[in-house]
Amino acid sequence: MTAGTRAPTLLKPAITPMAAGGVLVGLVLAIGAAFFFSNYHLFQLTMVVVYAIAILGLSIVTGFNGQISLGHGAFYAIGAYVTAILMDKWDIPYFYTLPVSALVCACVGFLIGLPALRLGGLYLALTTFALAVAIPQLLKHKLLEDFTGGVQGIVILKPDPPFGLPINSDQWLYLFTLGVGCVMFLLAWNLLRGRIGRAMRAIRDRAVAAEAMGIDIAMLKTRTFAVSAMFTGIAGSLGAIAVQFVAPDSFTVFVSIDLFVGMIVGGAASIFGAVFGAFFIQFVPNLADEVSKAAPGAVRGMILIVFLYLAPAGMAGLTRMAIRRLRRPKTTGA
Amino acid sequence: MDGFIHQIFSGIATGGIYASVALALVMIYQSTHHVNFAQGEMATFSTFIAYTLIQAGVPYWVALAATFVISFAMGVAIERIFLRPMANAPELSSVGVFIGLLLIYTSVSGWIFGYTIKTFPTPFDTGHPMLGGYVSGHELGATAVTLVMLVSIYAFFRFTRLGLAMRAAAYNPVSSRLVGVRVGWMLALGWGLAAGIGSIAGCMVAPIVFLDPNMMAGILLYAFAGALLGGITNPLGAVLGGFAVGVIENIGGAYLVGTELKLTMALVIIIAVLTVKPSGLLGKTVQSRV
Repeated sequence: MTAGTRAPTLLKPAITPMAAGGVLVGLVLAIGAAFFFSNYHLFQLTMVVVYAIAILGLSIVTGFNGQISLGHGAFYAIGAYVTAILMDKWDIPYFYTLPVSALVCACVGFLIGLPALRLGGLYLALTTFALAVAIPQLLKHKLLEDFTGGVQGIVILKPDPPFGLPINSDQWLYLFTLGVGCVMFLLAWNLLRGRIGRAMRAIRDRAVAAEAMGIDIAMLKTRTFAVSAMFTGIAGSLGAIAVQFVAPDSFTVFVSIDLFVGMIVGGAASIFGAVFGAFFIQFVPNLADEVSKAAPGAVRGMILIVFLYLAPAGMAGLTRMAIRRLRRPKTTGA
Repeated sequence: MDGFIHQIFSGIATGGIYASVALALVMIYQSTHHVNFAQGEMATFSTFIAYTLIQAGVPYWVALAATFVISFAMGVAIERIFLRPMANAPELSSVGVFIGLLLIYTSVSGWIFGYTIKTFPTPFDTGHPMLGGYVSGHELGATAVTLVMLVSIYAFFRFTRLGLAMRAAAYNPVSSRLVGVRVGWMLALGWGLAAGIGSIAGCMVAPIVFLDPNMMAGILLYAFAGALLGGITNPLGAVLGGFAVGVIENIGGAYLVGTELKLTMALVIIIAVLTVKPSGLLGKTVQSRV
């Protein structure tokens, strides 16, 4: 959206020492957190990483490619169910379920992406919204009941730390999720900063011009959708392992809406915005509870609208602006 | 065979409700090119207002009229406060505002009126089955109310100066402004009318599906499907599409996929229309300049 006003950089953006330092400090803090927080807080942080990956997926297709999806909760649900079913029915170790769920979600994403090609922005938003509303019903359906456990859902076991590491299973789960998260962010960063990322943004900003420059719009759009679904699906898998439970009613349309809100608040076309957004959807419902016990959803809705008016580039945009302001040489009065 | 006819009749009855919501969607889409994702939640909120009025002892029809007026005012206010500043914003921002409204409305409905499922009264005689037992009194009454409403809206747009001005504002805002139509207010009125239509639809469907803050989530989906099937650029098409979706939903639910997958059927209709004939049955193909 508004990031489209930024001049496109034709070369791969250089990694500034400051950015690298920031990421490093962030990583050290994130790993250190495993040894300083209680198990409950570690669970919350695990979910932050999970949401960050999910929002990153959404932001690849919506923020960077301009295809508005209101249904990424569906991919999250599919990822979660793939992992739960594999672990429950076939006793497959949790880490092997991730590639399977990535593959399944990428395929489903590709299939959804095909009709999505014909849909301009709003129609796609509408179709994906319909998908998000329909998914609990599909998961409950009796044809799938043998696998999905119907309304009851599936309970899975928390994995133990491997190699006899002297940490408890919550710490291990957090570190494992964090590790997967880092890999996903690295992949996304690498994808988005290069030729393909530029092509995605070109399609978002000026589809016709992009086509004239030789970008195969149909191919790139469907593939972007597939990649995005894959990210969110992996997040769903990790989320299922962390929560140790999947059921149709945990994947209502509000999962998709939460991811959407997180993406906007974090900054739609920003990789690190996804992290802000994840903190937002994990912790703001609790805070909103304190602001207004009765209507936390209303508080979230208001925050969303306020962000759209005042800071359409989200927290990432605000941070960028603050950094720029701090680094600007003092020219006042000159 | 009797069962089949019964399914068609009750399909028409629920279809009328989808048709109303579809019409509300199309009215907003035509004038602003926004799809109001909060339409269902707004209607639910209005239905709660009607419920409260009726519980307070207000006669049914007075309560319905009052609800229409209140919803109208809310619609106008929302357009003025939330949508006006977004008139030229990118699509993602306007979708975001609607999602924000959806969150606010569901949560405020639940907060004020509670999450317990309520039975909503119907003014129609439900004791005796009508038309040879094919349709319940409420279904018949709701269809009648829906039809009266649709006809009056048609008459309003066709025969009044204000209706003409609203059509002009939606069709060509620039020229309308030049001939003295206050385009901004026309859009606000359109919003008010859409909210009012939604409120009536909510009150008609509430006795069938029971009232709770998420009552309209599924109905909105069918209305989307109806609007797309008929053509989202054509109000008449949207109305016909709404009725068609009601019938398809009922027959499909009874004979093809079972009631558990009714919502999925809406999704299938949406995808099918968009892949096969994106402009819908009666809509016009939109060409855009590059």
